[in-house]
Amino acid sequence: MSSAQRDKVVVQATALGQTFRIGRGLLRAPALLQAVHDVSFSISAGKTLAVVGESGCGKSTLARMVALAQAPSAGDLTLQGVQVHGASGTALAAARRSVQMVFQNPYGSLNPRQRIGQILEAPLQINTRIATQERRALVAQMLARVGLRAETVDRYPHMFSGGQRQRIAIARALMLSPALVVADEPVSALDVSIQAQILNLLQDLQEALGLAYLFISHDLGVVRHIADEVLVMYLGNTMEQGDKNLIFEAPLHPYTRALLASTPALGRPVGSRQTLLLQGEIPSPLAPPAGCVFASRCPQATSRCQQERPQLAPLHGRLIACHEAAKLAASP
Amino acid sequence: MQVAPPMHPSAPLLEITDLQVDFPSDMGVLHAVDGLSLQLHAGEVLGIVGESGSGKSVAMMALMGLLSFPAQMRAARMHFAGQDLLQASAAQRRAIAGKDMAMIFQDPMSSLNPSFTVAYQLCETLRLHRGMDARAARAQAATLLAQVGIADTASRLDAYPHQLSGGMCQRVMIAMAIACQPQLLIADEPTTALDVTVQAQILELLAQLQRAQGMAMVLISHDMGVVSQVAQRVAVMYAGQVVEVQAASTLFDTPRHPYTLALLQAMPQRSRGAARLATIPGMVPGISDRPSGCLFAPRCAYVQTACSAPAPVHRAGASQVRCHFPLNAPGGPT
Amino acid sequence: MATSTPSPFSAFWTAFRSNRGALLGLWTVLAIVLIAALAPSLAPYDPTVTDNQVFLTPPAWHSGGSAAHWLGTDAIGRDILSRLMHGARLSLAIGVAVVALSVLLGCALGLAAGYVRGVFDMVVMRCMDVILTLPSLLLAIVIVAILGPGLVNAMLAVSIVVLPHYVRITRAAVLAEAQRDYVTAARLSGAGHLRLMLVEILPNCAAPLIVQASLGLSTAILDAAALGFLGLGAQPPLPEWGTMLADAREFVLRAWWVVTFPGLAILITVLALNLLGDGLRDALDPKLKR
Repeated sequence: MSSAQRDKVVVQATALGQTFRIGRGLLRAPALLQAVHDVSFSISAGKTLAVVGESGCGKSTLARMVALAQAPSAGDLTLQGVQVHGASGTALAAARRSVQMVFQNPYGSLNPRQRIGQILEAPLQINTRIATQERRALVAQMLARVGLRAETVDRYPHMFSGGQRQRIAIARALMLSPALVVADEPVSALDVSIQAQILNLLQDLQEALGLAYLFISHDLGVVRHIADEVLVMYLGNTMEQGDKNLIFEAPLHPYTRALLASTPALGRPVGSRQTLLLQGEIPSPLAPPAGCVFASRCPQATSRCQQERPQLAPLHGRLIACHEAAKLAASP
Repeated sequence: MQVAPPMHPSAPLLEITDLQVDFPSDMGVLHAVDGLSLQLHAGEVLGIVGESGSGKSVAMMALMGLLSFPAQMRAARMHFAGQDLLQASAAQRRAIAGKDMAMIFQDPMSSLNPSFTVAYQLCETLRLHRGMDARAARAQAATLLAQVGIADTASRLDAYPHQLSGGMCQRVMIAMAIACQPQLLIADEPTTALDVTVQAQILELLAQLQRAQGMAMVLISHDMGVVSQVAQRVAVMYAGQVVEVQAASTLFDTPRHPYTLALLQAMPQRSRGAARLATIPGMVPGISDRPSGCLFAPRCAYVQTACSAPAPVHRAGASQVRCHFPLNAPGGPT
Repeated sequence: MATSTPSPFSAFWTAFRSNRGALLGLWTVLAIVLIAALAPSLAPYDPTVTDNQVFLTPPAWHSGGSAAHWLGTDAIGRDILSRLMHGARLSLAIGVAVVALSVLLGCALGLAAGYVRGVFDMVVMRCMDVILTLPSLLLAIVIVAILGPGLVNAMLAVSIVVLPHYVRITRAAVLAEAQRDYVTAARLSGAGHLRLMLVEILPNCAAPLIVQASLGLSTAILDAAALGFLGLGAQPPLPEWGTMLADAREFVLRAWWVVTFPGLAILITVLALNLLGDGLRDALDPKLKR
């Protein structure tokens, strides 16, 4: 892949937001659940942006918006130069082909009643006029690329292990040669040794095909290995965003620090991180706090944090949303 | 966490020798647990690590008597606190399980009965095993909830499981488990379904309770990191067998079984800069392709011709390794 | 990984085979189908031919019976055995037609309701609820009263009465499957609504439908027999089992065989179909959960 291709921006997200209306019966106004608020990023070809956060942080909703599975309620999304909002039918269809998704659960992402060959041919059948023979050849090629034997094409999904199913899911995502692959926790359900195989496969494919990845995960070890940039989310908001090495080596946001401290690492006993462990639980997204969303659990929270929501601002080479960040930066 | 080094009275609290659990099926017999031998002393924490299919959960469920048809279990020896579990009647086993031996499971949301309040479920245990009356049981339940770090016990007692978060449910499970002050607590993947920050809290809680109550604990996980936080000794399982047992402080730096080494190398945390992760070729043996010799031989980087015979178990004190050519041994490959 | 590819069918057949009751049901149903198919050649007499010389003849093993009429004759001399055989054709035809109609319609409605949701879903389900609140036989009688008695109208009435079951089953299955990742993946691949409904979702809803259909056959036959018994279904001289029962009411004490054999025929058929349906459900359900 040439250097000009490598720097090409594949996806640009600006102030993406998603608010769900939860009906509460006929007589009450629906509750508003803000799943994602004001998230912006861009990914270039051959690069991986990892979105980390715990349950309820909105990363899965973000993934679905970027994969065009759900329309955002706010913000803009541009895929390979095409603006998605308000795009015409054909432009939208083309945009759909440039982004595909790999799901978390290897046991639910393949239709149990279809053979692998059928599953992999479907995207080609729907979107192209390629003849049957050529379709079959492309499918065989893709299977080989993800490390599966060609004769598996006649088997049903339940004949395969979790790792193999993820390979099939990856193959399906690549059938239309997308520029961006959104991977929603693709290795979380797999054993460590299988996880390593799938991560290697993803990296090999990225190198060979120049793919951009939006990689959702809660596992910081995996993220540290595979990502180029990291975006840390909490309750739908971006807490910290920037180059992976910078964030992992010198995290500034209290939430990022707590995440890193909580991750079990070999040989580091529990007691040593006593002071960094978070107390309490994540607040309900139906009633987000007025100020910083993290203030209720933040060990460094001040009264300003409770009242005023911090904006995402550059600091020490990354973007961070924290009032106390500058102070924290001075004293690690 | 520095657990006080366990005292070693003469008799171990838990002793399992040569446990076998088989599941007959149309396609053959599945050896879920194949010759497992473990010892645990009072107040000690043992971690069991293994991937799916290693038999770690099945072994502990066999111990608790939770296996049902068509599982077939047999063991040379299964003793707990001096009682022979193999000879005990069903009623005796019921008396032990839940009282002296407690277990907590992976998914806290489905381990609690969704139709009953927290108070009901806690009091059920207390009334059954400790013979308390309703009022005493409720007071004790509130104390237990406070012990596991739940604030606002009064309202939590009357809550239903679906009203609590995952971390909270797991705390309730732990409260139920320690309600009868068990001598042994078995935790089967207690934090796998929880967020990382909540996971850290729960592990901290388990370590704290273990210290305070002096109970022995078996912590099962597929995550080496989780186990290393709390355990003093770690057992590694593969395809139903224990392939290695070693002190946690030395296992991760000097593993003696090639599988343990391969597992450690495959962890992304240990890749540190390497572009690709080390993987283990092949797959865990199923029913039809179980090797007659060492089970790991088809995938082992150090395999030799001698490995086609079943691997011997080398014991040294509390450690053991099931391998023809253990690593990091004087004279062996490193 | 397994070396061969057991298709879902062979996996189902293995599970089904191990259930003795289901196998018994299957063989019985097949026997009945065979008899029904070959009735014109198998039956010793024409079912509509009357013969006043031999009316109310007892069955062959009774005193007074003869080998000419194995199961005896009815009040106007028609051979009961032949009438039962021809009646099997009618009953099975009724059952199949009713089930086919309700499955087709119910499936379409359920699929649409579960997929589209919103107001359409609500309207469809409320209509189905209305049908369900009325006692099924009563509703069938009302419909037949409006349309006029006759076999075809009876079949229509029974179809409408059992329709809600199929709609609900399909809708429930669609609701569950529509959330699954593979449907989202198909949508992201560009599949349109029709393709999603028919190619992706519908095959996964087949199992509960098949079970309900096989059980529905027996219900349809029973309901049609009930309507026939009331004089609202098949009209004489059609040898439908329910109609035969109606004709034989007055002879219960005098000539028990005129009532018993049609009743037994209904019993055996319905029982066999139920066993078959249960066996299907047991064999298909584990796959459902998997």
